[in-house]
Amino acid sequence: MDISLSHVDYRYQANTPFERLAIQDVSIEIPSGTYLAIIGHTGSGKSTVLQHLNALLIPSEGTVTIGDREIKAHQKNKDLRPVRQRVGIVFQFPEHQLFEETVEKDIIFGPMNFGVSEAEAKKRARIALKQVGLTEEILDKSPFDLSGGQMRRVAIAGVLAMDPDVIVLDEPTAGLDPRGRKEIMDMFYALHNERKLSTILVTHSMEDAARYADQIVIMQQGKVVKKGSPEEIFSAPQDLMQMGLDVPEVVRFQLKLEEKGNIKLEKIFLSIEQLSAAVAEQLRRGVTS
Amino acid sequence: MSKAIVSLKEVTFQYDGQERNALNHVSFEIYEGEWLAIVGHNGSGKSTMAKLLNGLQFPKEGEITVSGMKLVEENIWDIRKKIGMVFQNPDNQFVGTTVQDDVAFGLENMGIPREEMIHRVEDSLKKVKMDTFLHQEPHHLSGGQKQRVAIAGVLALRPAIIILDEATSMLDPRGRAEVLETVRTLKDEKALTVISITHDLEEAAKADRIIVMNKGEVFREGTPEEIFSMDEQLIELGLDIPFSVKVMKAFRKQGISLAKHYLSEEELVEELWTFRSRM
Repeated sequence: MDISLSHVDYRYQANTPFERLAIQDVSIEIPSGTYLAIIGHTGSGKSTVLQHLNALLIPSEGTVTIGDREIKAHQKNKDLRPVRQRVGIVFQFPEHQLFEETVEKDIIFGPMNFGVSEAEAKKRARIALKQVGLTEEILDKSPFDLSGGQMRRVAIAGVLAMDPDVIVLDEPTAGLDPRGRKEIMDMFYALHNERKLSTILVTHSMEDAARYADQIVIMQQGKVVKKGSPEEIFSAPQDLMQMGLDVPEVVRFQLKLEEKGNIKLEKIFLSIEQLSAAVAEQLRRGVTS
Repeated sequence: MSKAIVSLKEVTFQYDGQERNALNHVSFEIYEGEWLAIVGHNGSGKSTMAKLLNGLQFPKEGEITVSGMKLVEENIWDIRKKIGMVFQNPDNQFVGTTVQDDVAFGLENMGIPREEMIHRVEDSLKKVKMDTFLHQEPHHLSGGQKQRVAIAGVLALRPAIIILDEATSMLDPRGRAEVLETVRTLKDEKALTVISITHDLEEAAKADRIIVMNKGEVFREGTPEEIFSMDEQLIELGLDIPFSVKVMKAFRKQGISLAKHYLSEEELVEELWTFRSRM
């Protein structure tokens, strides 16, 4: 399912003294199957963009298109339920939203809310549970007796059980240790490929954006300031650093190397393996020249 | 290194209703003026350790001594004067309506006279470079700035020890760098002992010494260089390998020999170009 934002503005508390323009003239295309990373500092507007992706917010100006549904400013946008079923959002610390007595009840709550039968919802719960790497034994447990990492997986399973076409992730690894972080990110990447999802990842992590995304959007002060593939975005690291943004560690390291050795490699490398090969080559050439 | 300011002897702790000990016969010492990082995956017992050090929980067995005082319920207030704590979530520990009120909060609780209080508030905010934000409200601050205010609130109480319990884990990279920079400066300027509890190895790399926790026990203790030479074992423990070590491995694969096992990024850059001149 394709999603696009076209010239979207959003004002919080419009027509009050507290009115604040959170995003301005934002246009983003997300064709079906894209893995898009949205990067920006706290307050850059990325969470506001996120909430437009399943019509939790309605634009103050411009149009959001989700599949064949257009959501426009200045008009009544009725019955947004089907849209919300197709775009699942995993919010930050999703485990805080668990509330049911058992894991099973919690996971089937979403799909049943969208009119799926209990039998079908239970079937989906089992599939989703497996996809997040948990076993069926925990279905009857209280979600509050689980470890933090398990709780997060249950919450994610609840979103997957709605069988969305698009999945939106808001800092999905916040607070996890390195192993947990890698497991969750690899899991979403596998789901993205297996289920042919569109995935939108909102993150601070340049590493994750470089590793998983095929498209990156950079937001600053409510505007899209850069768009492109990871190679395009990181090929001009100085631009990013001027905006006060980070670059992936490997890029930062390459810049340090280049500065100290007073050389320039032919391009910016996004993996340690490629960079080390290029530098080794340079060092060997250094002998002969 | 100098004398021990905190010592743990055979400390064991268990949460109510849990079968397993959260901490199991843990013994180690923390030396005056050092920066000690305690690392471990979620559930390894590192945060329980923080709670015990500050008397939020008490050991089931064993004992903890802080500045020569045994940590028991009777002297908990004296000990808390010596140990300040900064927690994970910047939004859950801002109690004042402005930056200056927030820093003054702890001082008011201790009944510090007004003149002295004003002086200490300004002084500690200066140390974390937040003195131009005196009258700002918390929602105008970034996560990193809020954590620096939290640190100022601790500093104002003049503790001997500061514990950072995952204090940078919810910050963006810029905020994290700001906070760590602040801590480093404070540690260098005066004899403040820093204990940082973290699973971020880049943070731990800045410490003088690292303790690795696993399953409620001390798994290993050493300098960053010693700990990072554990390599794949760190990954098995749910941690990661620092970036510079990953780079060094890749270079070795390319046939470039590097003498030491662990170098910081700066040292590695240096080493690589020295290598060129040697070739």
